[in-house]
Amino acid sequence: MGSMRLGLAALAVLFGSITSHAAPTAEVLHFWTAGGEARAAQSLKSAFEARGGVWDDAPVAGGGGDAMAAVLRARVLAGVPPSVAQLKGQNIREWAEVGALEDLNDIAEQQDWDALLPELLKRSAQFEGEYVAVPLNIHRVDWIWANPKVLDQVGVLPPQTWEEFNEVADKLLAAGIIPLAHGGQPWQDVTLFEVVLLGIGGPDFYRQVYVDLDPEALQSETMIKVFDQMRKLSTYVDPSSPGREWNLATAMVMRGDAAMQIMGDWAKAEFLTAGLKPGEDFICVPSPSRGGYIINSDSFAMFTVDDPEQQAGQQLMASMLLDEDVQKEFNLLKGSIPARLGVNLDGFDECALKSNEDLVHNEARGTVVGSIAHEFVQSGAIRGAFLDVVTEHFNTDMSSQEAVRRLAETVMLAD
Amino acid sequence: MSNPRQRKQQMSVLDRLQRYLPQLVVAPPFLLLVFFVYGFIAWTGIISLTDSRMLPSFDIQGFQQYARLFAMDRWDVAFHNLLIFGSLYVLFALMIGCLLAVLLDQHIRAEGALRTIYLYPMAISFIVTGTAWKWILNPSLGIESYMQKLGWESFQFDWIVNRDMAIYVVVIAAVWQASGFVMALFLSALRTVDEDIIRAAHLDGASTTRIYIGIILPSLRPVFLSAFVILAHLSIKSFDLVVALTNGGPGYSSTLPANFMYEMAFRRNQIGLGAASAMMMLATVAAIIVPYLYSELRAKHHG
Repeated sequence: MGSMRLGLAALAVLFGSITSHAAPTAEVLHFWTAGGEARAAQSLKSAFEARGGVWDDAPVAGGGGDAMAAVLRARVLAGVPPSVAQLKGQNIREWAEVGALEDLNDIAEQQDWDALLPELLKRSAQFEGEYVAVPLNIHRVDWIWANPKVLDQVGVLPPQTWEEFNEVADKLLAAGIIPLAHGGQPWQDVTLFEVVLLGIGGPDFYRQVYVDLDPEALQSETMIKVFDQMRKLSTYVDPSSPGREWNLATAMVMRGDAAMQIMGDWAKAEFLTAGLKPGEDFICVPSPSRGGYIINSDSFAMFTVDDPEQQAGQQLMASMLLDEDVQKEFNLLKGSIPARLGVNLDGFDECALKSNEDLVHNEARGTVVGSIAHEFVQSGAIRGAFLDVVTEHFNTDMSSQEAVRRLAETVMLAD
Repeated sequence: MSNPRQRKQQMSVLDRLQRYLPQLVVAPPFLLLVFFVYGFIAWTGIISLTDSRMLPSFDIQGFQQYARLFAMDRWDVAFHNLLIFGSLYVLFALMIGCLLAVLLDQHIRAEGALRTIYLYPMAISFIVTGTAWKWILNPSLGIESYMQKLGWESFQFDWIVNRDMAIYVVVIAAVWQASGFVMALFLSALRTVDEDIIRAAHLDGASTTRIYIGIILPSLRPVFLSAFVILAHLSIKSFDLVVALTNGGPGYSSTLPANFMYEMAFRRNQIGLGAASAMMMLATVAAIIVPYLYSELRAKHHG
């Protein structure tokens, strides 16, 4: 028994050393563990293996990535970082600042990422002019998902402006239908907030508030209007919403209990999984705004490691991720659209096509902006300040003036 | 043949070994305790004085993090909630537990079965308790909708989605969980009260109520104290119940300091601020435990 175990162990060591000598290896730390996301990650794994790599899967479930962030931090501190980790927005910057990320400029130049990526993704993947991450996808946040049968019942069309939105919602309310399906969790409250911020303030104002944290913009009259509209929205939500998960809110729209939901395009996966057809059983319309496109995007970043096989794995991974076929398959499964421009979108549904069309349009006008609710812009502390004030305002009878005052104060405190 | 002097030396080695053996055996756990508990408390204390964000740094900044902590409305809410939650939880768990114990002590039938039923909630994880109560108390799924469907249209019980009442929902679930445990503590103590005294009191014509209030309950003072200390520190470190039940909402109206600490240290990359809030929690625990230890130690000296 003992000798057999020893033999097995020796065999395992031998086998392990053979395979690791033979192939570039990547240990991939990610939190895509459920449903379509898991299948999307699987497609990357298959593509990596088809190119001769060994994918060492390290999924960490739970908490929308919080658990993964804790594991990542612990491993970097212990000096054994994973070779590849799922990161986004500000976290890329923070890890790059402490010098933990591998520079990917050679591959970026070879493949001309500058020409392939939308401006905002380019900026988020770079630190001091060097590429340190590879964007994988583009999710659009500013969508309204509506049940057309319910809208027909009261004879209204999807709203084009926020005034129209309020009229439509009032009619629905009068007919005994919940106008807005919503889950009262802070990140969902801020999702509404940024959609309204873009709609009422426009892309430039959005950037002044969200990116520059400009005190004048934060305390402006427009901000008060934004909070006024948030107050309106809080009256269009059913009383049981606090604590509800976003996908349960999506289910309310499917069942016809509620008419609309404002959520990013991962909500589409819920409709499609339930066997519903876009355009018939549910419709997607951009939320009211005079132009603009709110982005949420995931990336892979390569952490500095010593092992030559792992380094080879990082090179292989970085050179593969923006491949046209890899992008297409990954994003079809993930429900997003490709991070690189100019991919043939055969097989994507009409919501994805609309998303892509608007992206190209807004990219040309420079009106693509990043989401705070989804941690794409700003640090955790600033995001937290927005979460705290917006959710507090949404759930109390706080006046818009008070909310604006508190927001400016809390943001300054967190900065 | 060894000469006596050598023997004496051998003896003294054995002697010494015997004398130090207990210390040697106790030393490793003691060192581990010092390192993993007090060492990390000290480390947290140091981190709370630095500007640590995503990764710990050792750049001492003084009490800046504490100043930020006290300026935050969220911390205010969390700390107020702790006062409400802590006092109500301890009070009700003690009262209900004590009452149940006295009732069970009446030599009733099926006492064993009842005792198990009451004690059982303690065996359930807080996550399960929280999730179950979340469904029970949700206005559109649980009690409220059930009563309304039965025909009591005006029935309202929406505490869990009401920001002023949400923290009391946490109290309800926590008391439900802990009462049985407190009952078990009291019950075992009740059983140790001297039967003769009770019989003597009966002979003197005292009513059962008087016997309980005048004789039995006062003799349970040490159990009261230990139950109090156990419940008090449980309430300060409460975390998972809030996560499962309300996730701190509506807004952040039902967060507790432990939730605040987790949010800052692990979600917002504010390790320094998280450490400062952890130190404040430690201070709160100390404010309860230290007087207790002091009174215990003093009692021993005098006794």
